Amino acid sequence: MSEHQEYYVPEQSKWPIIATFGLGTTLFGAATIMVDGGQGASTSSGWMIFTVGLLLMAYMIFGWFGSVVRESRAGLYSPQMDRSFRWGMSWFIFSEIMFFAAFFGALFYARVFAVPWLGGEGDRGSSNMLWEGFQATWPLINTPDPSLYPAPKGIIGPWGLPLINTILLVSSSFTITVAHHALKAGSRKKLKLWLGATIVLALAFVGFQAEEYMHAYQDLNLTLQSGIYGSTFFMLTGFHGAHVILGTIMLTVMLIRIIKGHFSADNHFGFEAAAWYWHFVDVVWLMLFVFVYVI
Amino acid sequence: MSTVADAHTSEHSLEQNHDHHGPAKGWTRWLFTTNHKDIGTMYLIFSFGMFLLGGTMAMVIRAELFQPGLQIVQPEFFNQLTTMHGLIMVFGAVMPAFVGLANWMLPLMVGAPDMALPRMNNWSFWLLPCAFLILVSTLFMDGGGPNFGWTFYAPLSTTYGPPSTTYFIFALHIAGASSIMGAINVISTILNMRAPGMTLMKMPLFVWTWLITAFLLLAVMPVLAGVLTMMLMDINFGTSFFDASGGGDPVLFQHIFWFFGHPEVYIMILPAFGAISHIVPAFSRKPLFGHASMVYATCAIALLSFLVWAHHMFTVGIPVAGQLFFMYATLLIAVPTGVKVFNWVATMFRGSMTFEAPMLFAIAFIILFTVGGFSGLMLAIAPADFQYHDTYFVVAHFHYVLVPGAIFGIFASAYFWLPKWTGYMYDETLAKTHFWLSFVGMNLAFFPMHFLGLAGMPRRIPDYALQFADFNMVSSIGAFLFGATQLLFLFIVVKCARGNGEPAAANPWDGAEGLEWTVPSPAPYHTFSTPPEVR
Amino acid sequence: MRVHAKRALALCGLALFPVMSMADWTMNMSPGVTQTSNDIYGLHMTILWICVVIGVVVFGVMFWSIFAHRKSRGHKPANFHENTTVEVLWTIIPLVVLVAMAIPATATLIDMYDTTEADVDIKITGYQWKWKYDYLDDEFGYFSSLSTPRDQINNRQTKGDNYLLEVDNPLVVPVGQKVRLLMTANDVIHSWWVPEFGLKKDAIPGFINEAWIRVDTPGTYRGQCTELCGKDHGFMPIVVEAVPQAEYQTWIGEQRAAAEKEKELTQKEWTMAELMERGEKSYQSTCAACHQADGSGLPPSFPALRGSAIAVGDIAGHIDIVVNGKRGTAMQAFGEQLNEVDIAAIITYERNAWGNNMGDMVTPKEIFGYKIQQQQ
Repeated sequence: MSEHQEYYVPEQSKWPIIATFGLGTTLFGAATIMVDGGQGASTSSGWMIFTVGLLLMAYMIFGWFGSVVRESRAGLYSPQMDRSFRWGMSWFIFSEIMFFAAFFGALFYARVFAVPWLGGEGDRGSSNMLWEGFQATWPLINTPDPSLYPAPKGIIGPWGLPLINTILLVSSSFTITVAHHALKAGSRKKLKLWLGATIVLALAFVGFQAEEYMHAYQDLNLTLQSGIYGSTFFMLTGFHGAHVILGTIMLTVMLIRIIKGHFSADNHFGFEAAAWYWHFVDVVWLMLFVFVYVI
Repeated sequence: MSTVADAHTSEHSLEQNHDHHGPAKGWTRWLFTTNHKDIGTMYLIFSFGMFLLGGTMAMVIRAELFQPGLQIVQPEFFNQLTTMHGLIMVFGAVMPAFVGLANWMLPLMVGAPDMALPRMNNWSFWLLPCAFLILVSTLFMDGGGPNFGWTFYAPLSTTYGPPSTTYFIFALHIAGASSIMGAINVISTILNMRAPGMTLMKMPLFVWTWLITAFLLLAVMPVLAGVLTMMLMDINFGTSFFDASGGGDPVLFQHIFWFFGHPEVYIMILPAFGAISHIVPAFSRKPLFGHASMVYATCAIALLSFLVWAHHMFTVGIPVAGQLFFMYATLLIAVPTGVKVFNWVATMFRGSMTFEAPMLFAIAFIILFTVGGFSGLMLAIAPADFQYHDTYFVVAHFHYVLVPGAIFGIFASAYFWLPKWTGYMYDETLAKTHFWLSFVGMNLAFFPMHFLGLAGMPRRIPDYALQFADFNMVSSIGAFLFGATQLLFLFIVVKCARGNGEPAAANPWDGAEGLEWTVPSPAPYHTFSTPPEVR
Repeated sequence: MRVHAKRALALCGLALFPVMSMADWTMNMSPGVTQTSNDIYGLHMTILWICVVIGVVVFGVMFWSIFAHRKSRGHKPANFHENTTVEVLWTIIPLVVLVAMAIPATATLIDMYDTTEADVDIKITGYQWKWKYDYLDDEFGYFSSLSTPRDQINNRQTKGDNYLLEVDNPLVVPVGQKVRLLMTANDVIHSWWVPEFGLKKDAIPGFINEAWIRVDTPGTYRGQCTELCGKDHGFMPIVVEAVPQAEYQTWIGEQRAAAEKEKELTQKEWTMAELMERGEKSYQSTCAACHQADGSGLPPSFPALRGSAIAVGDIAGHIDIVVNGKRGTAMQAFGEQLNEVDIAAIITYERNAWGNNMGDMVTPKEIFGYKIQQQQ
């Protein structure tokens, strides 16, 4: 029988309890900001709690991932452990896909059912008698009650910034794949170059998306309050943007580690995990492009 | 070399951990542990505490409903009680109890040294007390705690909810994160850490049902997170997901919620199915009938569970085609569930049975869960559901599948595995007493609710018309009996854990089989550091 | 042995369902007074009996096994653990039974959804915590609120026979005609249920759900709200009077005349005493649920009116909040729900009751003018 490397089980760790305090404090702080702000009161205590929570989370992320990196580089992880990480990352990405599915579901329901019904079509079309004058269109250029939810003056066409963003992201998936091949071939310089390019493309995406948001808010009066169109538009693109930022941070960390000499041609799961995440972000964008911008 | 910051074992962490220490000393052991047995114990203790808290709320509810008229609480607070009772039982008692059982038993059953990601495992646990601290604290906030039912439909929970609703949302987010990470751990453990020779079809049923439960959790907890986030945005940032004035729809909330909600109820029962599939063969001294078809039936139930969600929404006005589809799919799900019941009975048939506490709870589970299944079948008939929906008939149905279903399943498992956990046998006489009192109390409490619903009593009301008085009184008496009896369970467990009983052998049960019975009782702190061979 | 007996008893109880429908121990639903409710009753009894039969068979085998296949009786365990034929059979047979069940259920459901060719159209709106009935063809409407006195609820008075199931203004429908109901809600989701009609439909704010009834037998039928809608969810019942068609037409005529008269009342000159009298009545039925009979409210959700800045302050602000409500709170825009007489009376009452004693009053004409001004 071949030698079986024992599965590494750390004896104790303070990171989980620190992470608990961190997450609890951050979210409690966020809630306090929202509730106090909603009632017109001062949100300073909420912001303080929130900031403390974020700092704890940052400390925890550095510490916990740091431990994992050190353990990995000390050779403590068996091939079986590597598979645990792969399964873990894959299923985590699956759960993220389901999160986006909920929002895509809401978009589908609004466009196919709710808005047409309010406009008078279909099984619940008699609802239109409650909203005189409302006509169903998509995007919603008028809402059933414009005094509560002012309709936007215009929409974001797909063939401007969104098309550029699509090209940026698809290219970045390509560049990271080239980087991965370079890593496997042992070409460190090529690896750094192509990974760097990926990060640049990602940052450009974030920049353009921010510009698009400013244009929407300032020029088009397209905001979160612009009825269900604004709600679904910003929640879908917003969460996607958040995931892009997270992914960019991950890629940057990988770049820093590569510069420090981490990862070898046959042992680089951290890089692969970040790459998988990046491809997932790209695929979600393609879905967005089709269902939010184009159709 | 490096400067590792981890707890006290800095140098140790970097060495091959051949020599395993026992548990660390002091109370911080529980904060910093990575051991699946420690974490399992914490989950079980936490869940029992939550069970008692949610149960106390139920006692107040049943006290108010003892007679017509308002005697004890005002309607506003009554709505908070019913809401919190549901949230605490679902997210604080049943789910964590099953995760606790998973943590203890899965590594033992598959021959693994621990769960796949032990630190994340501990984080999953500690997030729960954090989440429930926030949730329970809402009761003391201005405007009171959540008062819109555990199903928190919009716009009652959005435009008309109390200020604490935002905290409620984040508390559930935290609990959801705990579940998602736990599910990732379970799947990775089962798929990656089985002992050599244990093929998928050789896995015991508890492992199978947890594998499928974990998959369900990963698929639907994020959807719950999605609907919670939409709620948060509607309340605080002026979106209109659930507001027709902006082109949204309150019913959209229900679709997304129940897409989570229906698989959620299977999440709450599948592990019990698995445990029962261990206990019945053990006490019948006969192998489980139809091991393969039990696996397929569980997979079928899980898959179908994604297709039936709108049977919770038959009265909201979905188009008739949708109504019919969901009725058919719901009727269909009765078939694999029935197969499982038949298989358990076939396991008992021509066995050689003894009736210790685990078996008593298991038999009651089979019968009474099936009664709950029957009322579920009746609810599936969409036209008839118009008369049952939102009445006590539904309350009866889900309490039958959850109390003698999930809860009895947990009690059965606890008695079955207590010897392994503690090294001692529990007091059999007391345990049987716990069983019989629970059985009588539970049936007295919930069977009359079928009649109340059929007679026309709606749900979630603090006061009722006079024709409902008699059955309500009976139900309350049964509830008080059931509630008080659970303190006996606490006594039994503490007595056993303190060593006040017969020392237990590695396998104290005549007919039990599996890797978990090959290790000593109590199971050593570290087991299967070297995986066993499975033939 | 104890096990056997206890469970046999439970099964007997189950089987005696339809027989035991007595007064306070009612165990079953009633067949009701519409074709739909009777169809539903039939489906209900069928599926119930199917379940009873399956239960008797399966539990019977189980009990037999518990009795005969015990170790204490010396029974040795068999070793079989699979049988494909049996498994296939007990998959197929339930499937066939369920398909058989689905067929009549489908027919009934399709019928329940057919709201075409109705004789009468009534719009039902759920409010927190009462119902509004609008007769669309005849252009009048009214609120229907719980009429059980609070003293009965708080155990200071003996409870009446129709405790919690009585209202001030029931819905009136003609017997033998198809009545289409258009359900919606003003605030949160409510649900309108009358068991004897076999009709339940959720009332969703912003949307209309259609349903229909054709009542065969004249009588008084009672139901309740069946969707949690806030604190008084249990206190907003439904009462329907089904009357012969001739009587219905007479009643419609009376209602239309009364509605006309209410419109005229707006123009008349009201005295303070008249406004206070009307105001107290309207306040109790509309406002007291939240702001309490003595004006003390339930802060912070429902502010006190006794001594409140608005009730003893600027009249314009008081009118504004009653007519237009307060967005983001539970204070509704009563301008849409109440006529000018009631609004004027309520405001006058609030400004002078409980020691507020402002001495001023608001007339219906002023409210009428205010509403006109708002629209401009």
